[in-house]
Amino acid sequence: MAAQTIPGQTAEIAGPKKAFLIQKPEVAAAMMKRAKRVLLVVGSNAVNIRTKDGDLVDTAMRLSGLTNITVAATGHLVGEFKRRDVDDVHTMSLMNLGDRLRDSGWEGFDGNGPYDLALFVGFSYYMEWLVLSGLKSFAQDLRTISLERVYQPNASWAFGNMTQDEWEEVIEKMITILEGK
Amino acid sequence: MSKKDLRLKIDELSSALGTFKGLEIEVGRIFEEDWEEPLGPTPFPNVGTLRSWDRKLLNRYKPFYMPFCDLCCLCTFGKCDLTGDKRGACGITMAAQQSRMFLIACCIGASTHAAHARHMLDHLIEEYGRYAPLDVALNTNVEAPHVRLVCGIRPKTLRDLEDALEYVETQLVQLMAAAHTGQEGDNIDFESKAFHGGMLDHVALEVADIAQIATLGMPKGVPDVPTTQLGFGSVDPTKAVIMVIGHNVLPSVDIIDYLMEHDLFGEVEIGGLCCTAHDNSRYNKRAKIIGPISWQLRFIRSGIPDLIVVDEQCLRTDVLIEAKGIGIPVIATSEKSCLGLVDRTDDEPDRIVDDLVEGRIPGVLIINPRKVGEVAVKTVMKVAPRRAEFKTLTRKEISKLAEKCRNCLECVRACPNNLPIMDAVQAAAQGDFEPLAALYPLCVGCGRCESACPLGFPLITFINKGAEDRIMGEKYPIRVGRGPIQDVEIRAVGRAIVFGEIPGIVALVGCANYPAGGADVAKIAEEFLKRRFIVVTSGCSAMDIAMTRDEEGLNLYEKYSGVFDAGGLVNVGSCVANSHITGAAIKIANIFAKRPLRANYEEIADYIYNRVGAVGVAWGAMSQKAASIAAGCWRLGIPVVVGPHGAKYRRNLLGRKDKEEDWMVYDARTGDEVYVGPVPEHLFYAAETVEEAMVMIAKLSMRPNDTSKGRAVKLNHYIDLYQRHYGDMPDDLHLFVRREVDIPFTMKDEIMEVLKKAGWVEDKIAMPDPTITERLVRRRT
Repeated sequence: MAAQTIPGQTAEIAGPKKAFLIQKPEVAAAMMKRAKRVLLVVGSNAVNIRTKDGDLVDTAMRLSGLTNITVAATGHLVGEFKRRDVDDVHTMSLMNLGDRLRDSGWEGFDGNGPYDLALFVGFSYYMEWLVLSGLKSFAQDLRTISLERVYQPNASWAFGNMTQDEWEEVIEKMITILEGK
Repeated sequence: MSKKDLRLKIDELSSALGTFKGLEIEVGRIFEEDWEEPLGPTPFPNVGTLRSWDRKLLNRYKPFYMPFCDLCCLCTFGKCDLTGDKRGACGITMAAQQSRMFLIACCIGASTHAAHARHMLDHLIEEYGRYAPLDVALNTNVEAPHVRLVCGIRPKTLRDLEDALEYVETQLVQLMAAAHTGQEGDNIDFESKAFHGGMLDHVALEVADIAQIATLGMPKGVPDVPTTQLGFGSVDPTKAVIMVIGHNVLPSVDIIDYLMEHDLFGEVEIGGLCCTAHDNSRYNKRAKIIGPISWQLRFIRSGIPDLIVVDEQCLRTDVLIEAKGIGIPVIATSEKSCLGLVDRTDDEPDRIVDDLVEGRIPGVLIINPRKVGEVAVKTVMKVAPRRAEFKTLTRKEISKLAEKCRNCLECVRACPNNLPIMDAVQAAAQGDFEPLAALYPLCVGCGRCESACPLGFPLITFINKGAEDRIMGEKYPIRVGRGPIQDVEIRAVGRAIVFGEIPGIVALVGCANYPAGGADVAKIAEEFLKRRFIVVTSGCSAMDIAMTRDEEGLNLYEKYSGVFDAGGLVNVGSCVANSHITGAAIKIANIFAKRPLRANYEEIADYIYNRVGAVGVAWGAMSQKAASIAAGCWRLGIPVVVGPHGAKYRRNLLGRKDKEEDWMVYDARTGDEVYVGPVPEHLFYAAETVEEAMVMIAKLSMRPNDTSKGRAVKLNHYIDLYQRHYGDMPDDLHLFVRREVDIPFTMKDEIMEVLKKAGWVEDKIAMPDPTITERLVRRRT
């Protein structure tokens, strides 16, 4: 357990409030199912992260097909989605998105109201760490989940440290549950 | 409050008391009477004087805080957990604590520059006299835009700079006091104080740089300055090599002087890292620039240097250990960085040399620059012949060591950029050094991987070895720092900048903490040079720009001129020369637009904010000095983009383009409040990728005052970059197109379609004579 919750970068110690550990993909899937409006925030490292779908962009495309999930690409990643002929992905910079999410008056990309759950994946460790830190303190009505392979202590919930193969299995299982297969 | 000493000098005075020769009397200070420009409203502003201006900006650009630490540990009540809506024992909130920490960072940065300026000024006054004239730039009347703007004085001599510097020092004490437990409690007031620190910082920078330009013969704003060489290969290793590190050129000046006086440049090389290297090359083009600050470990471990001389700022504090590793001595030259060494300032030079050469002491502290010159040169000439005894690790030895790697990943977890160091080490164990070589351009040289390695592998040395074929011969031309922008250059381009026909000024400045290597800085520079922006640069960024060549082998300094004009690449020099970049923006308001400069901060900042499309970019910002430099830009209304590591400054200052009410300005002609769209959209912004940064730079160059022609040019760049990197049209064009004539002609149909979908209406966005300062409205409706 302790090894699963050490930070991905040595000195990025957080606390006293730290992310709860998601032990099983079923838990993450259940939280996503229970949420009313889920925002999946995908970072620009996504093209370099292998998944069972190919890479993380492919996996995000798969998730974007689920009814209560909106996908937002940060950095210039949306260009990669466009190249793969995906149009229903929103784009906003990570800083702007963090700033919007801490604003309870922001009605989301579709104007239908705030998100109650934000998932983060595909970022450099420290950038995600910082934005999640901002949301931890300044967006207390929002729950956050880090789907990264390494523990992100500033999320509300995070996966623990895993090997690449373990992580790919976990993500695959989580999506399969969400797809109702 | 412009003030000056009353100075009475009498060659010979006979009185009842006797005869006095060379008598000088100074009585207090009097106001300067011979500057015809009336004194503006804010001479020598106090901490709260410009608070209302700051709040205007901070109301539009609200901080998005990203706590770097959830605790406050500054007093013995603590540690206090401030997470969420908790308060500390003193009552402080998380927001206030984050801005407080940023204020402290600004104070450290500004104090460092002010202390540098103080050392520089005191020394130069001692050498050249208090009344040495400030002749700092050709074709220039406004010699010190920051000092004139902030202090309301027109400095003519080194003595006048003392007034400005004393003011800075006094204010910094006030700012630091605000950070004490139980003082300031409001986060926006902390932010305002950080802006104040930034403003002071630019005054200090200017004092330091114009003092050295005026006295040390550095280039006086000349576009066609000499070139020097940069890179490991710029240093001739057959000579004795002095490696100077830091930011304060004074000890190096005396080393160079000693070499010149004794005709020893044929036997001794002086190569520098970081800003001292810039300023050495401004002083004498025979001095070499080895590279940015991040190369300290790299160059020491190469075994090339025979002596290290450190001055101040951004030094590796373990330099003594590193020097010992290659068997060479260190000379420390600043009381700010004594390194535990014995002060030998008053000793005979030859005795010091003897002790250093014989290895009786690892290094010395010598505060007198002239003595440093003599001791350094004599020492290096005696130490250099021993270099042959030093051997770096061979590849075979590294492979053998690498076989012992425990695969613990601690090196990767310690690396700021999570570089795949462990994989590269394992490849080296198999005799494949390519993965180590591939790390070289990406590594920031911090050495954290070495500290983390349980086996103590010298991983920087491993990486050096992997890339040695490439690095040992690398050599690039770089124009030496030219210093200020001339008034005549401002006159020539002022109109085109203010009306937007030159799309903007991009300032690539700051440190070398890059997310993926320095080549990104050159990439940004070239993108905007091709687009006919004015690109200005300084410090480590100016060095990294030099290190990329095209297919024909040319770097950007060889391809673009040093003129402050569209498509010019202007290296102003070291960190302290950053004052000339913001100084140029001030001079546009004063010289081109004829806005009064003297102690007229708010009006000048309002002008720059609404009209001058300048954007600061610190892609590798690392230090507290970078924080204070950025804060000085913000108070002048200049937005700053940083790389992803810049998010560690704890907050961004972000505008909300979706909130129309945030983007109202006064039309100075009528007093009407009108909507101008989100320009510039942000004041401080950390980009995740270099592509995102480039799009944002183009976007942030827009200003309310752009003419239609200018806005069309700027939109063209924004749209073109966005389409290239995001694969689509921007979704916010309706916020930037005011009239149909703003639309770039070649994209008209496409853009009109986008605007139609967004419900765009012509003239909803006004084109006023913009100001956010009500008192600057000339006529009320």
